[in-house]
Amino acid sequence: MSARGVMVVAELAAGKPTSVSRELLGLARELVTEIGGPVCAVCPAADDTLAADLVAHGADRVYTADEPALADYDSDAWTTCAAWAARAADPAVVLVGHTTSGADLAPRLAFRMEAAAATGCVGVGLDAGVLRFTRPCYGGNVRETVSFNTQLAVATVRGGCYNAFPRDERRRGDAVKIPFDRTALRARVIERQRESGGDVRLEDARVVIAGGRGLDGPKGFEVLARLARELRGALGASRVPCDLGWCPHSMQIGLTGKTVTPELYIAVGISGAGHHMAGCGNARTIIAINTDPEAAIYKEAHWGVVGDYRKVIPSLIEAIRALRASEAKNNQAADTRR
Amino acid sequence: MHIVVCVKQVPDPEAAFSMFKVDEQAKKVIPAPGLRMVVSPFDEQALEAALRVREAAGEARITVMTLGADSARAAIKHGLAMGADDGVLLTDPGFEDGDAYTTARVLAAAVGKLGDCDMVLTGRQAADWDAGVVGCGIAELLQLPAITFARDVKVSNGAVRVERVVDDGFDVIEAPLPVVVTVSNELGAARAPSLRETMRAARKPVVTWAATDLGLSRSEVGAGGARRVLERLFVPAKKGACELVAGATPEEQGANLAQRLLEAKLL
Repeated sequence: MSARGVMVVAELAAGKPTSVSRELLGLARELVTEIGGPVCAVCPAADDTLAADLVAHGADRVYTADEPALADYDSDAWTTCAAWAARAADPAVVLVGHTTSGADLAPRLAFRMEAAAATGCVGVGLDAGVLRFTRPCYGGNVRETVSFNTQLAVATVRGGCYNAFPRDERRRGDAVKIPFDRTALRARVIERQRESGGDVRLEDARVVIAGGRGLDGPKGFEVLARLARELRGALGASRVPCDLGWCPHSMQIGLTGKTVTPELYIAVGISGAGHHMAGCGNARTIIAINTDPEAAIYKEAHWGVVGDYRKVIPSLIEAIRALRASEAKNNQAADTRR
Repeated sequence: MHIVVCVKQVPDPEAAFSMFKVDEQAKKVIPAPGLRMVVSPFDEQALEAALRVREAAGEARITVMTLGADSARAAIKHGLAMGADDGVLLTDPGFEDGDAYTTARVLAAAVGKLGDCDMVLTGRQAADWDAGVVGCGIAELLQLPAITFARDVKVSNGAVRVERVVDDGFDVIEAPLPVVVTVSNELGAARAPSLRETMRAARKPVVTWAATDLGLSRSEVGAGGARRVLERLFVPAKKGACELVAGATPEEQGANLAQRLLEAKLL
């Protein structure tokens, strides 16, 4: 394989590169140590400040249409920009976050570039110079590792699989302007409806409390919300409560929902099917609370409680408060002695 | 209006995974004998979206199309029993061991052969490989606009209006016909086949096309045209070291769990 470098499509949230975009720049820097070439970023809305930010996060070159209106994903526009940049940079692989945007962009880009796409990857590596992509399939129960016989590969990668490149202000790079013709757009975004979630973005939360079918109804989420407040966490769900209308679909974690990698994941009334675990299996600590001691979730969890969440969670909150109070008291006592 | 719905026949994804075996040597997932073959659920919802569009418009021809072995005819029959008007079965020994690219290529050629298609609908991904590539691929090969992850599809005045699911809500997107739309589970449950449509299904026309009918050569389809090389197929290891937190009452369980969280510095 020739030294052609790696390209990352960077998404933005509140004007900053998203965590998965920064992780992909980290992965790209790792890959180019072996395959050579530069790390390029495509960010259709990047101005000079954002381009400098992407360089500090690991990019050597930033391709941008410099169109503030493209900060939010637009399928036709982003695909056109990414294809232009990929033709210019000729990378070995284009990496995209496995978000609703990335999962739309990657296959379109791949077909347009005579390439092939691997979606929802949990691993991207090199084996004797050949790029290999590992991804869950069969509802998260199986993993496949694939390579492609095309010049270019496109991959969407799940969040939390790689470390972001440590931000370095001294890094230098340049920006290249993508010529962009707004009139060529066919599909147009008319309106963007957003749910005002909690204070913490689910994908970035350090603690996630998720509920499943076992909650037995929408009221269960009120119980989970009390624990989430106590632990300053975000609320999530498996697919069933979303499809039943117990909670918004934006809370769905799993193969077809969000991927989260919190330090603490508390799964309540969730059986632990492969398609759910595909979205949370990389959490550092998983706790399962379920009435069914045979639930598959106990095979994936670090700690489990077999019991009724309606009773366990309130007592857990009480116990946490008591522990925190006694900790505070001990600290105070220690301070007084000093 | 002519709507083509592309569906895939898969082993029942609702079945317990113990009904499947992974042959790492042959790199194949083998469903237990007798496991039910079904239409992939998102594709079923794509057909549901087509039926809703027809109901709103008053008239539309709905073609259900699948690529597979002759046994995939059952997927077409299911679509016809749900209310589709006719079927296209794409079957050819040369299609075997293809990938998302060759699948999209064959489906796009078949949509092209039909000639008058206004909208292609399909599921956001198939329940076996979970890739979600083919829908976008058809759009790119036919140079049509694509809208993915639809939770609502409406057609009026020669344009489609789609509510597209995004990570924290939805976008409303409009595009002129013809267009490709992929459907997500947020659309809602697909209807069950009615007795009336099931009776009628037997008399609805189904055509069968092979590679030569589509003007495709061996090197463009199946293993010959595939871009994906399957290197390895395996079942991921489970962590399997779950410690059940003891406690005779919920209060004790809660207290013991809180203590664990404190010790692990998770509080």
